[in-house]
Amino acid sequence: MTGAAVAARPLLEVRGLHMHFPISEGVLLRRQIGEVKAIDGVDFSVQRGETLGLVGESGCGKTTTGRCILQLEKPTAGSIFYDGVDINTLSRPEMLALRRRIQVIFQDPYSSLNPRMKVGDIIGEPIKVHGLVPDAGKRIARVRELLSVCGLDPSFADRYPHEMSGGQRQRVGIARALALEPEFIVCDEAVSALDVSIQAQVINLLEDLRERFGLTYLFIAHDLSVVRHLCQRVAVMYLGRVVELADCDELFDNPMHPYTRALLAAVPVPDPAIEAGRAFQPVRGEVPSPINPPSGCVFHPRCTMAVESCRQARPELRELRPGHWVACSQVN
Amino acid sequence: MSALLDVRNLHTEFRTGAGVVRAVDGVSYTVDPGETVAIVGESGSGKSVGAMSILRLIPDPPGRITEGQILFAGRDLVGLSPDEMRKVRGGEIGMVFQEPMTSLNPVLTIGRQITETLEQHRGADRATADRRAVELLSLVGISDPERRLRQYPHQLSGGMRQRIMIAVALTCEPKLIIADEPTTALDVTIQAQILELMAELTRRLNVALVIITHNLGVVARYAQRVNVMYAGRLVESGPAAAVYGDPRHPYTMALLRSVPRLDKPRQARLDPVDGQPPDLMRLDGGCAFRPRCRFAIAVCATSRPALEPAGTAGHMSACFRRDEIAAAPVAA
Repeated sequence: MTGAAVAARPLLEVRGLHMHFPISEGVLLRRQIGEVKAIDGVDFSVQRGETLGLVGESGCGKTTTGRCILQLEKPTAGSIFYDGVDINTLSRPEMLALRRRIQVIFQDPYSSLNPRMKVGDIIGEPIKVHGLVPDAGKRIARVRELLSVCGLDPSFADRYPHEMSGGQRQRVGIARALALEPEFIVCDEAVSALDVSIQAQVINLLEDLRERFGLTYLFIAHDLSVVRHLCQRVAVMYLGRVVELADCDELFDNPMHPYTRALLAAVPVPDPAIEAGRAFQPVRGEVPSPINPPSGCVFHPRCTMAVESCRQARPELRELRPGHWVACSQVN
Repeated sequence: MSALLDVRNLHTEFRTGAGVVRAVDGVSYTVDPGETVAIVGESGSGKSVGAMSILRLIPDPPGRITEGQILFAGRDLVGLSPDEMRKVRGGEIGMVFQEPMTSLNPVLTIGRQITETLEQHRGADRATADRRAVELLSLVGISDPERRLRQYPHQLSGGMRQRIMIAVALTCEPKLIIADEPTTALDVTIQAQILELMAELTRRLNVALVIITHNLGVVARYAQRVNVMYAGRLVESGPAAAVYGDPRHPYTMALLRSVPRLDKPRQARLDPVDGQPPDLMRLDGGCAFRPRCRFAIAVCATSRPALEPAGTAGHMSACFRRDEIAAAPVAA
């Protein structure tokens, strides 16, 4: 999709991705009675060294998209190309090698770290499993180095996760993700669970690491201010589809899709003087069920601009300005 | 005009195996009739424990209100018997919690949760209660209320459930609603709907609202007054415009500086609050924010600053340097 505009081959390319989960009924004779269309035709690409933001509300499919890229789900249709190779065609050893290059940082540092393992073992385990540093002594040294890269004292290696604060635990999660020297990291709500005073520290760390190790991020989040700060390009998802995709500044300065506009208007800014002068009308209704999504444009039931044709035809992403793609028939 | 709620020198402690945690450590503030007051703070700051103390919902043991008064409409809630307190909760004081799924009874229909409150508090008969329930659901913007009354909480979306919580809170025409992170679990567009609904209803029905949140934007949009908590104490308090426009406590200043904002140009780098959140078991005789404070001086290590007037009328700060730091708020 964006391929024509960019000369370099993207590090990651997602084409026509669909992930439909079956819903079944019955105990003995299980039969499928429907499906959840978690992702319903998603295309985007991520250039090497870039941070692409994937934003949207619960159920929009942003996390499932991340899980497909991590090969934690097998998409029902579509393909994912990593460094030019369709990951579906890989053999098991090739897949294992690829997993080293793609890592993940999860939202909740409380539930994504094993409470019975010491921090040093949590970070050291992937290094051991992949046989990167077979020597135990050298492995400990590597773990201590990773801790210090992530802004933690190397002595934390001997602690358990419960002895640390939320921000420190998230740094451990980041150190673990870095342990295999990946190129690409899926950050799934990586700073959402952190307190305000800690969030900025971790955001700065993620930026430093990107520069230092030449990392590429897929940054999945619902917090638009964080996404704007951290990303070069942003894709807005709604009900399993990308509705708008553009360079970060372009998207925030000139949002075109009615849903993106509604999202941006819904975010209160921390300044009472600005808020007092802001006329504000929340978007009506709720996100419809992905089991039975609306016909045509999935946003039409909540959209103030919707016309009759929006109920019929599904709008495709169109490039309305250079690099700015919008799936809405009513904007130009 | 006398205050509706007058919290005076409130202390709430938890006795744990490892020692005593002073979760709320001498907090005083007032709420006028019809006013919206925000309590802002991070995890462990005591903002929720303070609110639960007003409602006398602190589990004892391990928790206990050890000192202070909670004057509500002239009566001290600290001295009330459990029976008397039950009449206040859900009667004169309504409650809205973060997670509506856990605060609604999953085995009762929506209608029953509302009519039960009416029967308990008002001695209403079934028919009157049913009529009122329909009225309340329409009030909180739920369409087709007769059908919804027969449904169970799990059949509703998160936003819908939070509307039900608000309906339950309003059932007995309270003078005060305490809302603890009412929209934190909700999506951005739904959060905006629920906050607008609460703002509109509290204004129309002249209900005072104490809203507990960590979201600085929500406070700026909805609160008239703000209380900032840190390590169990109020560190800054005042009209929202004064606290945001002319912050007089280094913690408030650091928080406001650290968040990425949609209304400002993108920064190259965030300026985080330094250090880690305080360990409430290890507080000394000095200011609890001192280890993270860029303005700390010798006296901060030896005594804890009291909340005293700073800047404009009604604006208070618990910082020894509250007047000096106003001169160069961003320079440090």
